[in-house]
Amino acid sequence: MSQMSSSPTIPVRTLLPWSAAVPILLIVAYLVTMDSAGVLAQTGDFLHELMHDGRHLLGVPCH
Amino acid sequence: MIKDLFLRGLGAGAVAGLLAGLFGFLVGEPFIDQAIAIEEAAAGAGHSHADELVSRGGQAFGLFLATTLYGLVVGGLFALAYAFVKGRFGPANEQALAVTLAAGGFLAVVLVPFLKYPGNPPAVGDPDTIGQRTVLYLVMLAIGLLALGAGAVIHRRFGWVAAVPAFLVIVGIAYAVLPGIQEVPPEFPAVLLWNFRVSSLGMQAVLWGVLGSVFALLSARQRVRV
Repeated sequence: MSQMSSSPTIPVRTLLPWSAAVPILLIVAYLVTMDSAGVLAQTGDFLHELMHDGRHLLGVPCH
Repeated sequence: MIKDLFLRGLGAGAVAGLLAGLFGFLVGEPFIDQAIAIEEAAAGAGHSHADELVSRGGQAFGLFLATTLYGLVVGGLFALAYAFVKGRFGPANEQALAVTLAAGGFLAVVLVPFLKYPGNPPAVGDPDTIGQRTVLYLVMLAIGLLALGAGAVIHRRFGWVAAVPAFLVIVGIAYAVLPGIQEVPPEFPAVLLWNFRVSSLGMQAVLWGVLGSVFALLSARQRVRV
């Protein structure tokens, strides 16, 4: 195998700053899948109701 | 380097989310419509959906919004997980690793929670227990990830023959210990429930399958360009 098709390990210290993206992504996931009466309720439930079918089909508890 | 992987994950995730939305729209939506019809019939005239905030057509559009956002999230997390496991766990070949990681993600994040706490169509589920059901679902998802991680570590040292039983034992103990939830009304059609749940699982399979495939394809393209 050539060197290019092998997988060099990325050092943890290089990875660590990118862990900051995890909470941001999880907040988006929360808003889409979990937000029953939370943040999106502030929009008058509009976004929550809008994504209703997606939540059901993604298989998360909905109501 | 990681930035490239991250953008690759977001791109593959967006494509996966859109295609999952298309699958859900074509396959899953009819079952949701049927379930809503049952919900409204049960609620009677006192509970009209005529003045709802978002029309059924709007919710069909919202399906694509939800799956695309979900795809972006999963794609981003997938890319970071890929960056970590690359060279540490799984196949050395980058494309094989992408597909293997997607299969593992589907197993841990979707299939493990689904078999214990499957998703429900409208008209199924007691609104008073939503908090408890959400916590149990997330616990099961976390155990799925834990079992996958343990399986990967054990696989590296002892191979499949030890990794698969370890995964199954962890998940099996959780299935046995955690409480079951049975809130399907006796009069809810069994065929509709089955169809909905299969379409729900199918949509997630499309999402993770496309994510892994597109991520692998983009890895190949990038390597050629370099």
